[in-house]
Amino acid sequence: MNGTLMARIRGALLAPAIAVAVSVVVSSLALLISGNSPIAALRAMFDYVTTTASLVTIINRAAPLYVVSLGVAIGFKMNLFNIGADGQYRLAALIAAGASSAFSLPRPLHIAAVMIIATLVGAAWAAIPGILKVTRNVNEVISTIMLNYVATGVSAYLLVNYMRNDNVANVAETKSVPKSAQLPSLNGFFENFGFHFPRLSVLNGFLPIAILVGILFYLLIWRTRFGFDLRITGASPAAARSSGVSPKSMIVKTIMISGGLAGLAATGFLLTEFTKYNETFPLGLPFTGIAVALLGRNHPAGVALASFAWMGIEQASRGLLEEKIPPEISKILLGTLLISSVISFEVVRRRNLTQTIKHAAHAVPGGLSSGGPPPAEPTTTGATS
Amino acid sequence: MTNEVTAAVPAIELRGIVKRFPGVVANDGVDLVVRSGTIHAIVGENGSGKSTLMKTLYGAHRPDEGEIRLHDEVVTFKSPRDAIARGIGMVFQHFMLADNLTVWENIVLGDEPGSKGFLDRKQAVRTLNDLGRRYGLRVNPNSYVSDLGVGDKQRVEILKVLYRGARIIILDEPTAVLVPQEVDELFASLKTLTAEGVTVIFISHKLDEVRAVADHITVIRAGRTVGEVRAHDVTARQLAEMMVGRDLPRPEPRADKPSDQIELQIENVSVAGIGAVPAVDGVSLTIHCGEVVGVAGVEGNGQSELLDVIMGLRPLQTGRISLAGKSLERLSTKDRRNAGIGYIPEDRHKDGVCLPAPLWENVMLGHQGSQPFSVRGWINRIAARTTTKRIIKEYDVRTPSVDVAAIALSGGNQQKLIVGREMTAGPSVLIAAHPTRGVDVGAQGAIWDYIRVARTKGLAVLLISADLEELLALSDTLVVMLRGRIVATVNPATVTIAELGAYMTGASNGSEAA
Repeated sequence: MNGTLMARIRGALLAPAIAVAVSVVVSSLALLISGNSPIAALRAMFDYVTTTASLVTIINRAAPLYVVSLGVAIGFKMNLFNIGADGQYRLAALIAAGASSAFSLPRPLHIAAVMIIATLVGAAWAAIPGILKVTRNVNEVISTIMLNYVATGVSAYLLVNYMRNDNVANVAETKSVPKSAQLPSLNGFFENFGFHFPRLSVLNGFLPIAILVGILFYLLIWRTRFGFDLRITGASPAAARSSGVSPKSMIVKTIMISGGLAGLAATGFLLTEFTKYNETFPLGLPFTGIAVALLGRNHPAGVALASFAWMGIEQASRGLLEEKIPPEISKILLGTLLISSVISFEVVRRRNLTQTIKHAAHAVPGGLSSGGPPPAEPTTTGATS
Repeated sequence: MTNEVTAAVPAIELRGIVKRFPGVVANDGVDLVVRSGTIHAIVGENGSGKSTLMKTLYGAHRPDEGEIRLHDEVVTFKSPRDAIARGIGMVFQHFMLADNLTVWENIVLGDEPGSKGFLDRKQAVRTLNDLGRRYGLRVNPNSYVSDLGVGDKQRVEILKVLYRGARIIILDEPTAVLVPQEVDELFASLKTLTAEGVTVIFISHKLDEVRAVADHITVIRAGRTVGEVRAHDVTARQLAEMMVGRDLPRPEPRADKPSDQIELQIENVSVAGIGAVPAVDGVSLTIHCGEVVGVAGVEGNGQSELLDVIMGLRPLQTGRISLAGKSLERLSTKDRRNAGIGYIPEDRHKDGVCLPAPLWENVMLGHQGSQPFSVRGWINRIAARTTTKRIIKEYDVRTPSVDVAAIALSGGNQQKLIVGREMTAGPSVLIAAHPTRGVDVGAQGAIWDYIRVARTKGLAVLLISADLEELLALSDTLVVMLRGRIVATVNPATVTIAELGAYMTGASNGSEAA
């Protein structure tokens, strides 16, 4: 059992190792061509990123990215492409911001209520492409992209006409989220264990929410009947239908969960650093989430690593400025990392598949089905993504 | 490519072709002689090895044994490109045309006339018009393919292979998609082609059609050549006999009798087809507990649609379906399964298993909502594994473990797993579609035994198959489906193969008391 577990871990790490190696080589070449030293650049990035302040920033940004990426990943699990996380996230941020000051509750309840509102708004907006797909066969890629533009327009309209803070004259922004709805910082908690945070460095309270979402995601996908139906639908739609799964209901439910997570991710910023919705509210996250879901192979652990790595590289690029190296090199690093990992994952997957078939073929005629060598590892414990 | 071939030298000669796939021998010593400038039909049931043979000839794969002679010269095709270069063209059943391009664009695609990167449209249209005139294949070169009917699209496909210099054309079930008038037009075109020296190989399982158009017919059964006949000298009944074999197994006399209790009742069921013709047209079947009702028929005569409508995968147009007196029409597929229908789908890889998923997940498939696999929405992995181990043991599924992906198993073992899964759920009705298609002989025997056990246990079994041997060995009652209708009900113990062949091909109508 131990041997197979080790083999599995080794198998899982092979593809990312190749991808990281390729992307480091390509970025180094780009640095050499532009007349910079790759070693100096890597050292600058490493030194910058390993400070406590940088790590706190990375975690603060990676946590919402993680949640939005899991939303994209759940769609990918059944070949449903929710490119509309941007609109779902944007509307959820605005409406949750506007609604939070409209009522008051004691602290934990107020936080929960705002999070639920954001989740429901994201889910409701995502339900539109879902319903269009099952009733009118509209491709969700097209409809979700177009609904992003609609969401931009709708949010501008709602902000200016209904949710604007009238006490601020020049800027269109919502009122601040009341204190009782803001997530507490985690600095105090970690200081109990002897951690020291630099001045102005605040570890946001969204981290435990993101971890909880990751655990729930795992349980939902691999331990519940819904997750089983979802994975089978993704891997083999016809087999799922023959087995009694209703594809229509799965599509609507899944895209709503996807949108709900995009909405929830917005509270990672709204209830922490950015307590109001205005033009400075961070909006690029959902598109990054698509890349991160791909990079993390739609698995909660993989997506967690990918979110952290992505934000880590972005943060590290600021260290390059101090060395007078163009920080755009980090974009090359991220781009090649994405492409090379998609390719190497596929190569490794195919290699494992042929091995599985070979092992099974060998194991059977020899009658090794019991007491023989450890069985070939399945390519996936569940259906493929 | 030359026209100087004398009549004495056959255009194609295949000797002792053997092609094996894991667990199956698809071609087991096939001989074929196709004379130049003739239409040569190859007939056989589904799964008899026709398509494998044609892929060998077209260079899609290489035979394990045997030789291919082209104009008396031994050839080896590494890929279809080699076959095309030697003047062999294939027209597939499913058209491979770009709808948004015009006819001439489709035809020259990949082999464009012109120079210096410019496309010579005039030259293309001229060549095309010449070809069309010469071979009697008229299509407007400037029409968009999306605007063409099925018959025209097929002509474009044939022109495409002629444009590439083919002198031997293989047509894979070309009439399957055509209406009768289009079939007549196609046959006229084929006669013109052969008059121009082109050799046509025509794959079909429609016996009356091949008799009408072919010069010679080679019959293939179970991967072997049964024989070659001249089309003019043979009757449809004789062909049917050659196709399915003379020695028919008789059902073993069974001690128990089916009960009088009706379990599955299908009354006057119709299903919409493409266009105005219904796919299933007023079918009624009654299956008692402990009875196997077999449905024979050439594939594509409404059997798939009948299966779909029973399982709730396709809307019912009219009619009633009931299980033990309880109406099923409004139930979802899931509820029908829960009501006690076990289902062995006709396409194992597509509908029966989820290939990349491990065996223990495949065993839950279709039963994921019921005990012991899930409780209140949570999957019970331990129970799933235990049940899978039991099924592997009881149904002799050869696998190294319950964790391997279903794709790693041979077809026979996948099918045994499916049968085991369906039977373990304790159904009262078993719907089995082509349960032994593409499985080895050993697995076939085992699966037949499982179906007999199901019958003995009192299940009502609906068996749809293209394998007459299977139908006769297992059925208590046998019906024949043709063009969406039940055209005959026969007693499997007394029916002759000639009678069955006649009903299946529409050469005879009527019913015999069962």
